[in-house]
Amino acid sequence: MVESAYAIKISQFEGPLDLLLHLVQKNEMDIQDIQIATITAQYLEHLKHMQAQNIDVASDFLLMAATLLYLKSRTLLPVSRVETEQDEGVDPEEELKQRLLEYQRYKEGAQKLEEFPRLFRDVFPRPPLAQDDIDLAVSSDAQTQIDISVYDLVRAFSAVMRPKPEPPVHRVNGGVINVSLGVRLLLQQLHGKERVSFQRCFTAATTRLEVVVQFVAMLELIRLQLLNFEQHSPGGMVYMYPSERIRKGSYADIEHMLDLKERLDD
Amino acid sequence: MIDLKACVEAVLFSSDSALSMAKLEQIFEVDTQELRLALQQLQHECQQEGRGVVLQEVAGGFQLRTRPEYAHWIMQLKRTRHMNLSRAATETLAIIAYRQPVTRAEIEALRSVDSGGIVRTLLEKDLVRVAGKKDAPGRPLIYATSTRFLEVFGLNSLEDLPSLRDFKTDELEFELEMNFEPEGGGQR
Repeated sequence: MVESAYAIKISQFEGPLDLLLHLVQKNEMDIQDIQIATITAQYLEHLKHMQAQNIDVASDFLLMAATLLYLKSRTLLPVSRVETEQDEGVDPEEELKQRLLEYQRYKEGAQKLEEFPRLFRDVFPRPPLAQDDIDLAVSSDAQTQIDISVYDLVRAFSAVMRPKPEPPVHRVNGGVINVSLGVRLLLQQLHGKERVSFQRCFTAATTRLEVVVQFVAMLELIRLQLLNFEQHSPGGMVYMYPSERIRKGSYADIEHMLDLKERLDD
Repeated sequence: MIDLKACVEAVLFSSDSALSMAKLEQIFEVDTQELRLALQQLQHECQQEGRGVVLQEVAGGFQLRTRPEYAHWIMQLKRTRHMNLSRAATETLAIIAYRQPVTRAEIEALRSVDSGGIVRTLLEKDLVRVAGKKDAPGRPLIYATSTRFLEVFGLNSLEDLPSLRDFKTDELEFELEMNFEPEGGGQR
């Protein structure tokens, strides 16, 4: 709970200027005549909120709080002659306004960038050739020169360093399959369905043996009248229609019937 | 007499990267004027209703790209290499794009928050490059946008960036010193 609150708050404001700008806009103030007292109160309120939610308030936010409090205190105190002389024209309030305006500008710039049709998000070019092809292509075309930086080398290196995928292990199945397993596989395919095509019944089979066994299982189910089949035109698709018992998945019944048969076979 | 426009379309279709004017001239051995006309015709045709691709001029080259309104369908192909950027990353990228060349300290002064991690991400995504070192104490690295940046945002050059809103200002507090030493050539 606390974790999620943390994430939400942090993503909401990128930094103290972001928060400040938000407050200015919320109060419908103009940056040029920003009311320091109001903004400072709201800013501090917000920091309190962050702390209440166990957010480690970053020093950047605290520094801004200090600046705001200083500006507020200046408005309260009578302007002393000495101070004005010391300041030499650098008005901290003016400086903050400039920073806000500047920040706002880039934020707008970022919004504009965001709206641009972006490669691999909105627009797509032809994907690059496979790596082997590129190696071949480059050798004949050496006259084009591009500047690369050390960062390109670093990137190439990190691509090589990327953990290699584990070599695929080929698992050979023990391959114990019998008719009752075939029935079970078939039932999985048919479960809950009104109609299944003949081909689809065999998608789970990976070997010829499995196909054969599953076909025997199919015949078995047909013999037990648990499965019907239809063909709508000569040479056309064969469809299997599971009985209600299969559709509803009352497998216990079916397995019982099969068990009985196997025992009889033995 | 070959149909230059159709030939150009075929070549652009087959290419996996934007092709520069010089490259196209080299392929077709015709003068710039003729080539430009063919490109203009092709571009015009692609603008017509009912086309799925556009001919775009990006990073000083020409490339056929799908129209933005059909992004959804391309996604169905599962060739999804999203170019996702967080709000902070876009903001930082905007600052670098508009203020380049710029140091990390300058970026942080503008954003009022630590930006080292974001700059590194942008470097890794190849949207930003190191353009050299600033001739200042500590010789900090300076950052600029890459050719990739132009490609990703579909810009032909940095001049195509939309201009930022001007605001009345008596003096810019954060005026940058532009004295830096370029390292390893300019824009790649």
